[in-house]
Amino acid sequence: MITRDFIAFTLAALKAHRLRTALTALGIAVGIASVILLTSIGEGLHRFVISEFTQFGTNIISITPGRIQTHGAALGAVNTVRPLGIDDALALRHAPRVQVADPLVQGNVEVVHAGKSRRVTLFGTGPDFTKALSMRMAGGEYLPPDDPHAARAFAVLGAKAATELFGADNPLGARIRIGGERYRVVGVMEARGQILGFDMDDIVMIPVARALDMFNRESLMEIRVTYEPTAPLAEVEAGLRRILLARHGAEDFTITPQQKMLDVFGTILDAITFAVAAIGGISLVVGGIGILTILTIGVAERTSEIGLLRAIGATQRRILLLFLGEAAVLAALGGAAGLALGWSIALLLEFAFPALPVHTPWFYAVLAELSAIGIGLTAGVAPARRAARLDPLEALRGE
Amino acid sequence: MIRLTGIARVFRVGDEEVHALRGINLAIEQGEYLSIMGPSGSGKSTLLNVLGLLDRPNAGRYELNGRDVTHLSDDELARVRRETIGFIFQSFHLVPRLTAGQNIELPMVLAGLAPAERRRRLDRLLADYGLTARADHRPAQLSGGQCQRVAIARAMAMGPTLILADEPTGNLDRHTGQEVMAVLERVHQDGGTVAVVTHDPEIGARARRRLRLIDGEIAEDKR
Ligand SMILES: Nc1ncnc2c1ncn2[C@@H]1O[C@H](COP(=O)(O)OP(=O)(O)OP(=O)(O)O)[C@@H](O)[C@H]1O
Ligand SMILES: [Mg+2]
Repeated sequence: MITRDFIAFTLAALKAHRLRTALTALGIAVGIASVILLTSIGEGLHRFVISEFTQFGTNIISITPGRIQTHGAALGAVNTVRPLGIDDALALRHAPRVQVADPLVQGNVEVVHAGKSRRVTLFGTGPDFTKALSMRMAGGEYLPPDDPHAARAFAVLGAKAATELFGADNPLGARIRIGGERYRVVGVMEARGQILGFDMDDIVMIPVARALDMFNRESLMEIRVTYEPTAPLAEVEAGLRRILLARHGAEDFTITPQQKMLDVFGTILDAITFAVAAIGGISLVVGGIGILTILTIGVAERTSEIGLLRAIGATQRRILLLFLGEAAVLAALGGAAGLALGWSIALLLEFAFPALPVHTPWFYAVLAELSAIGIGLTAGVAPARRAARLDPLEALRGE
Repeated sequence: MIRLTGIARVFRVGDEEVHALRGINLAIEQGEYLSIMGPSGSGKSTLLNVLGLLDRPNAGRYELNGRDVTHLSDDELARVRRETIGFIFQSFHLVPRLTAGQNIELPMVLAGLAPAERRRRLDRLLADYGLTARADHRPAQLSGGQCQRVAIARAMAMGPTLILADEPTGNLDRHTGQEVMAVLERVHQDGGTVAVVTHDPEIGARARRRLRLIDGEIAEDKR
């Protein structure tokens, strides 16, 4: 039998029962549509999270005190851990291919101005904080490069903190109290919005040494390093490790490249997408059962036709293939309809809720169509085998 | 062309054994036209099915065109049926969703003939059996006589050497039955070997060779 004839015969058989074919294909279509839709949302979420994380660039390395074991929790402050200090940050600035090494302390603090007070997130930073985060100033300057250990009491306000405390007034040059100490406002940041739920505008920045004093801490929380984008990560990492080892005598710190964090995130998000696709897959199984049912009925109805085909020379294999072909085409039609349906809904969602991240990779579309055909074939095996094994004579007699 | 020796066919129904064919010995020459008659249940259809390789005998030997076909595999049987045997049934057995032309084409499609060759043969068959005007009609739109003509054309599509008809006029009125027999006889005149099972003595009498089965045995063999 020529392939073209095979397909024509299959399509004719399906066309003879249009409604039945359409309903059975619909079962698969719903399954494929939900798989496509759910994976689209999963993948959209994936991309959204990754882009949130990479908006500062991917050439970032975070160094934190304490040693984190290969998988899991910090080993705590065992007495061998030395604090990560401002001098460590200064030293790291000279590591090969490093652009910025910014010391960081973070805490929650009350800011007061002219009777108004507000709780904000306080960052103790070096002068390069904005460079490390590629943030821009709305007015004034960022913290000046003072002596890191004796910096002047200057503060920079986030956009929201500034409007909340000063309203329409210009905060530049004003005196405010932060955690009970007096500071002079030297700059205001541009609005940045939220990043993964954290309001980047409701913040205040002061020199890191002062923040350490304010929180009565010995150690920085983090040193944030950016390196030349073209530099190989391994080289940069090795340079940082060498310097810190020389200063601390032991590896009592953890170097976490952004890239590695992204990999971990990617793995987690992929798992979520997969799990969500598997949920959609359940409806695909239901669609497969529909095909199994309809094909079983079809074999029963067409028993005498099968007998005839056998009488005029069709082999068992030919009968098997004909019915498997019907199952596959049925599933493929449903799959294609499901792709169109899922895709349209995804586009509609994107249009209606621009905030909802939706993305349909064509790879998933192909995979979904293939799995539809696979499910169709699987569902078709049992009825097709029953058809093939019919005794020609009995089939001819049976109506 | 055909040589049956000691062919027996036994059906088991519960504890009982039904001997549909008992030790049939029969030789049929190329180009013969024979009718098979006999009372109901005498084994006529069973004999035809054995001849057509749709049924396997429990004992005996079947030689077709000089080849022992008694123990062929299922696939080989299908192949012999496809290439050398044409069936005509009482109830036509046309595929309802296909047109007359497509029904006639079906054996050629299954055999994997090239579309051009199929087209050529189909046009000829349609003309030969007076169906050209009906090629695009479905079986439901055809009369019984036309349906049987389609079935005969289909049986002839692969140019078989053996044509087997089981009560081909059973579903037709007398006049149409005569017409269909005339068509079958043309096949015989073109050199085909034709075996017809029938209950109608008039139709049976038209054949040059007339077999009579009684209780699974050949009771009469007239030429
Ligand atoms: N599949 C079967 N199972 C059991 N018994 C069968 C089967 N097929 C035929 N028989 C029996 O074999 C015998 C011969 O049957 P067959 O159909 O050959 O008769 P027939 O001569 O064609 O009769 P009719 O003129 O009624 O068509 C009958 O007794 C019938 O009951
Ligand atoms: Mg009979």
